[in-house]
Amino acid sequence: MALFRAKPLPLSRKPRMNFVLLSMMIPGVIALVVFSYLPMFGIIIAFKDINYAKGIIGSPWLGFKNFEFLFKSPDAWTITRNVVLYNIAFIVLGTVCSVAAAIALDRMRNRRAGRFYQAVMFLPYFLSWIVIASLVFSFLSVDLGFINRRIFTPLGMKEVNWYIEPKVWPFILTLVNLWRYTGYNSVIYLASIAGIDPTYHEAAAVDGATSWQQIRHITLPLLSPVVIILTLLAIGRIFFGDIGLFLQVPMNMGPLFPTTNVIDTYVYRTLINMGDIGMSSAAGLYQSVVGFALVLVSNLVVRRIDPDKSLF
Amino acid sequence: MIKHSRLAQTVLHLVFVAVCIACLFPLFLVLGISFTDEDTISRSGFNLLPKLVSTEAYRFVLRESDAIGRAYLLTIAVTVVGTLVGTLVVALYAYPLARADFRWRKGFSKFVFFTMLFTGGLVPWYMICVQVLHLRNTFFALWLPYVMNAWFVMLMRTFYKENVPVSIVESARLDGAGEYTIFFRIIVYLAKPGIATIALFNTITLWNDWWLPLMLVNDSKWYNLQFLMYRVQSNIQYLSTMASSLSGVSADILRRLPSRTAQMAMCVLVMGPIVLAYPFFQRYLVKGITVGSIKE
Repeated sequence: MALFRAKPLPLSRKPRMNFVLLSMMIPGVIALVVFSYLPMFGIIIAFKDINYAKGIIGSPWLGFKNFEFLFKSPDAWTITRNVVLYNIAFIVLGTVCSVAAAIALDRMRNRRAGRFYQAVMFLPYFLSWIVIASLVFSFLSVDLGFINRRIFTPLGMKEVNWYIEPKVWPFILTLVNLWRYTGYNSVIYLASIAGIDPTYHEAAAVDGATSWQQIRHITLPLLSPVVIILTLLAIGRIFFGDIGLFLQVPMNMGPLFPTTNVIDTYVYRTLINMGDIGMSSAAGLYQSVVGFALVLVSNLVVRRIDPDKSLF
Repeated sequence: MIKHSRLAQTVLHLVFVAVCIACLFPLFLVLGISFTDEDTISRSGFNLLPKLVSTEAYRFVLRESDAIGRAYLLTIAVTVVGTLVGTLVVALYAYPLARADFRWRKGFSKFVFFTMLFTGGLVPWYMICVQVLHLRNTFFALWLPYVMNAWFVMLMRTFYKENVPVSIVESARLDGAGEYTIFFRIIVYLAKPGIATIALFNTITLWNDWWLPLMLVNDSKWYNLQFLMYRVQSNIQYLSTMASSLSGVSADILRRLPSRTAQMAMCVLVMGPIVLAYPFFQRYLVKGITVGSIKE
């Protein structure tokens, strides 16, 4: 089949073509410059004492003062620890659950039932964090919530004031994250499993391998490159937290900050609630730079394993 | 033939039924609460099934506040405009990148790709939006920052490469068609499934967005559905102030407003269109994700 990858036409035959094609990209280029590249130059804000009257360029330089304040505050450690630990939990549990779901869906004899289960599990991915926060509230509300009123009270257990109890939130947020993403991720794994040559399974079945043996010795080994690559890419994003999950689901409750504050929510709160541009942009730059380094390292590792799967 | 043990299949079905119940239960709980009257709720708490079906919460939400009607219209307008423009911008940017005869293809690929790796962070982005573009409290604030998406460009580029044969472009060119004619008359049709996938992702992103209004809107005129719901949630009294500013009712009546059930009724109204449209677009998106994950 002739694809675009086929031999290019000699440039001389279409001198204007390149410029016509270039003109198609203008809207995209403008959007990238405005919303992605100009903010990259804005990282100098982190090194300045911003004064609105003087503008960004005219404001005096502060050097690393903002970073000094940030890393001397206890927040820097809390938000770093939180985001890293949450992401580790999401990576480990998320991978185990979605791989298990994908393998189970693949082995389902009743295809229609399998597709139905997949569709239902995929649904939470389409709900906004605002809606999910309300769903969670209907369970956790102190005086009205399903858990306190329908489960704890009938069992004679003490009601829990969920929204001021930081200890329980690592479990709640991990559960909510699994609830939202397991269906979505299992679709990706299921696609890889569907790409496995069926003759492997047929040959194994002829030799008398049980389903369990086939999963262990055929499906899992052939799935492992995808798992490793997605995991490495997730490690590259370990400094980034989904702001909807960490801001909306705990309802922005102050007592929960010790276990729910991550870098993204910290940057948002210091900018919007406290108006502290210096600290906020310092934390943002810290996240960008360490995040960038982690992406580079994880990509290097991916390239070692499978050059086709690496990002660049 | 692969042998399936009966028992294993039954166990699998049981596990999946349990998982599906876990996925759907919160939605039904909220639906149940929204149809319960406020008195029952404050006496016995949230429950799945109302003993007596009440539409009090919906009547309150729909009649007492035109804010929701407004937010609905605004969200629909933002979703339509944002999806059209965003999909077009991405489709146009990705097309030359897929053309092997485009001279600057590598440079522009890197240009878009780098934005996936490094960001300037929230603060500079915010200052550009507010101080340079003056987006605060405008229609554009609600969709313009999302028009370009590096991930969609990558997906679309792959789709063109795999599905559009170069011979068609060649023969159209021999017939004297210009690049724009080729794109809008031929390429768009051949790449329809890919464009549709991106349009669907855009639609869902815009419908579910609360982040842009959180950052860039403080005038209630520009509250979209999700953000209005956020305000209700973060301050349950907000509905009361809305109602009081509209009709000037007394404090006694305000206290009896169905605020909890109204919150859940709003939740149902906000997720309703997505959940109802879900069976139609679900299969499409599964296909889109599958293509993206295998090929990338």
